[in-house]
Amino acid sequence: MNSVLGRLIGGLLLTLYTALASAAYRVNFQPPVTRIADDIYHLHMLMMYVIVVIFCLVFGVMFYSIYAHRKSVGHKAAQFHENTTVEIIWTIIPFLILIAIAWPATKVVIAYKDTSDPDITVKVTGYQWKWGYDYLKGEGAGISFLSTLATPWDEIDNQKPKDKHYLLEVDHPLVVPVGKKVRILTTAADVIHSFWVPAFGIKQDAFPGIVRDTWFRADKEGTYRGQCAELCGRGHGFMPIVVKVVSPEQYAQWVAEHEPKAAVAAAGQETKAAGAVAGRESNVAAAAEEPNKQWTLAELKARGEKVYAAHCVACHQANGKGRPPMFPALDGSKIATGPKAAHINRVLNGKPGTAMVAFGKQLSDTDIAAVITYERNAWGNKMGDMVQPAEVKAARK
Amino acid sequence: MSAVIDTPLGHAADHDDHAHPPSGLMRWVTTTNHKDIGTMYLWFSFTMLLVGGALAMTIRAELFEPGLQIVTPEFFNQLTTMHGLIMVFGAIMPAFVGFANWQIPMMIGAPDMAFARMNNWSFWLLPVAGTLLIGSFFAPGGAPAAGWTMYAPLSIQMGPGMDMSIFALHIMGASSIMGSINIITTILNMRAPGMTLMKMPMFVWTWLITAYLLIAVMPVLAGAITMTLTDRHFGTSFFNAAGGGDPVMFQHIFWFFGHPEVYIMILPAFGIISQVIPAFSRKPLFGYASMVYATASIAILSFIVWAHHMFTVGLPTAGLLFFMYSTMLIAVPTGVKVFNWLATMWRGSMTFETPMLFAVGFIFVFTMGGFTGLILAIMPVDVQLQDTYYVVAHFHYVLVGGALFAIFSGAYFWMPKWTGRMYNETLGKWHFWLSIVFFNIAFFPMHFLGLAGMPRRIPDYASQFTNFNQIVSVGAFGFGLSQLLFLYIVLRCSVFRKGEKAPARPWEGADSLEWTHLPSPAPYHSFHEQPEVK
Repeated sequence: MNSVLGRLIGGLLLTLYTALASAAYRVNFQPPVTRIADDIYHLHMLMMYVIVVIFCLVFGVMFYSIYAHRKSVGHKAAQFHENTTVEIIWTIIPFLILIAIAWPATKVVIAYKDTSDPDITVKVTGYQWKWGYDYLKGEGAGISFLSTLATPWDEIDNQKPKDKHYLLEVDHPLVVPVGKKVRILTTAADVIHSFWVPAFGIKQDAFPGIVRDTWFRADKEGTYRGQCAELCGRGHGFMPIVVKVVSPEQYAQWVAEHEPKAAVAAAGQETKAAGAVAGRESNVAAAAEEPNKQWTLAELKARGEKVYAAHCVACHQANGKGRPPMFPALDGSKIATGPKAAHINRVLNGKPGTAMVAFGKQLSDTDIAAVITYERNAWGNKMGDMVQPAEVKAARK
Repeated sequence: MSAVIDTPLGHAADHDDHAHPPSGLMRWVTTTNHKDIGTMYLWFSFTMLLVGGALAMTIRAELFEPGLQIVTPEFFNQLTTMHGLIMVFGAIMPAFVGFANWQIPMMIGAPDMAFARMNNWSFWLLPVAGTLLIGSFFAPGGAPAAGWTMYAPLSIQMGPGMDMSIFALHIMGASSIMGSINIITTILNMRAPGMTLMKMPMFVWTWLITAYLLIAVMPVLAGAITMTLTDRHFGTSFFNAAGGGDPVMFQHIFWFFGHPEVYIMILPAFGIISQVIPAFSRKPLFGYASMVYATASIAILSFIVWAHHMFTVGLPTAGLLFFMYSTMLIAVPTGVKVFNWLATMWRGSMTFETPMLFAVGFIFVFTMGGFTGLILAIMPVDVQLQDTYYVVAHFHYVLVGGALFAIFSGAYFWMPKWTGRMYNETLGKWHFWLSIVFFNIAFFPMHFLGLAGMPRRIPDYASQFTNFNQIVSVGAFGFGLSQLLFLYIVLRCSVFRKGEKAPARPWEGADSLEWTHLPSPAPYHSFHEQPEVK
């Protein structure tokens, strides 16, 4: 082969190799960060070796035959048409190959299902369209927050350039310590979702009314991103999962910052005991506030604007104009400029048969009070009134 | 379509009944002739293929770049749902029934199907169902958007379009069940003397087995979607945990139908390939008995693998292991079939007209889909790949590269018999090469996308998935446009009546009854007198 051709081919191969090695052309799993993910990676590589060998054998034979056994080169057809021995051989050998694969696979299945003796237990709730995390047991128990997509809708609508973690960033990531076994309980508030973190090698469906579990032990600090893996409606592609694995010291510090104060925790228990669905503080810092505080209009509007941006803007738009008829406008709407009771009811309980979900299940009294106040006083709406968290609490059935 | 030509074997019985057959529209509305009905099934399925394809082009246009450019997320979900429903129930299944109608009576030496009038009804239900299904786009709230798998409780949230689709599916199911009853009765009772079961062409065998699968599982789908309907409107709680029900139960019931359903979509394809490969190798099918047993094994095994679609639901360990093992096991009879096809080609005397190109293409592409199916069978690996583009790649390899390529192969193979004219071989070869190249460009990178972590059924994706998505979209557009060439080839041959007249047996290696005993085009009524089969 002459050297120009040799260099050309070498150059192409190098380009291909480099391209394949880049994230934009990833051809294999993400780097595993747990033992299970590593086992899965290697199981898959084993399968790939088996398959490549079979591929080469089978298609080697086929393409050879296509080349050599053509009428156009004068090959005459043989007339054999059965051979029991060969049938038995090519039944038994694949069967044995399958047993060889099933053995290591079985070990990983058993390890995958072993959720016993966790260090930390976190309940993950899937909502349309966000995740809620409740730390139930172990260090950090009592911490509770929602995790919503943080990518601005401007980027999704192609008004602004997309940043590096487009669609894979959230406002409040799940935080766990490195090297500790974390048991994840999954459930859902509305439809089926699925909690998937590729780097951990876990995926567990989240069902309304059922609790399932899975587990992981992250061996490396870092930030790992996943997505919802079960079609759950219009926002299925917009509810990512971000897990920050930190050192034990950083974790202890994070816990100290986010642990709910005793009064709020007690209030949360009270609401639960009364049978009402306890919502979550979407702003973790607010978890520290007094439940019976009287808010000013300015405070409610400011907070409400943030809640609106996180939970309402996808359907009702930043300018409040919505996308009728499916997503009504709030600017000038009968509900937002009518009696407060109806407005509270709509946000708390949703509108069955439409895309308007019951936010009472997801958001706290304070957040609902704030967003309603914001809506009644934003854009062209000038109601001048406000809703206190206590009013929302009273309205919950 | 075919002219009213007498058979060479005598026609004494027919003139008095059909002295003046209806012409024009009424001919097609009232026909009980298996050839006419087969033709209608095939044209219906081709139309639905193009409609489903248009939906796919829209999906791929949106997914060309990250960000939302063309459709809203809720409409995107309607597109993916309807693409699946239309292709499965409107394109692939009716196409195979069209083949069954045309071919089974001729291949067993029977004059028509056992229940000729029910046959008419089986077909005419389909345009009604298809209209309902596509009409759901115009219902308030649009078409259903819960995926073709319609999991509860998301399906409960859908608007009236969901109910329209449920009714459409019921109608299509009824059509399939009636068709299957017809096929089984015809095959078991109307074979020519001397044609024992183990002498039937493989295509007839695969349809016999498929028909039993259909009768077994279509009612299960009907049950699942009826329960969805009553949960939606009549206050039941089959799939609502708050009312004492279980959303996972929907998945069990659906996939108990769903897995045999995918074998329903591939077994007739296997049958077609088993006709084409021996014909163009000029050599008998290798291992006929093994092929029959392998097909039957696949059909039986297909009932005990369903939960491999549910590996991330949270099944107990024993369940996971059972379904992993049973799913892996299905690879064995499938492999046997591939080896038998290769052994048929081996030391044959092959030519590569278009039917053979598609048949060999089938073996190549379907086998690749089989490999990825084996990978997905390994439960821990499936944990990473479930609900990602890897699964989308897998099933498009087996359904497009598998079922659809076999349909193309059979269409080119039998078009001379049906229409009396040869299709244009050059154009046919163009159709093949364009299809196989663009197909692989469209669907191979999807494996990488799934491995890299891209979920399915999302209208927008993270930046690192952009490059492969662009390649996929280009391939998809190429593949879709190439099918317009097939439309032209079929129209040219069948409607415009161009192309040289076909002899009774244009393929020298083809030896089933339609080739050896009937002219091309096959007469409107064939085999009034049964042939003797030695």
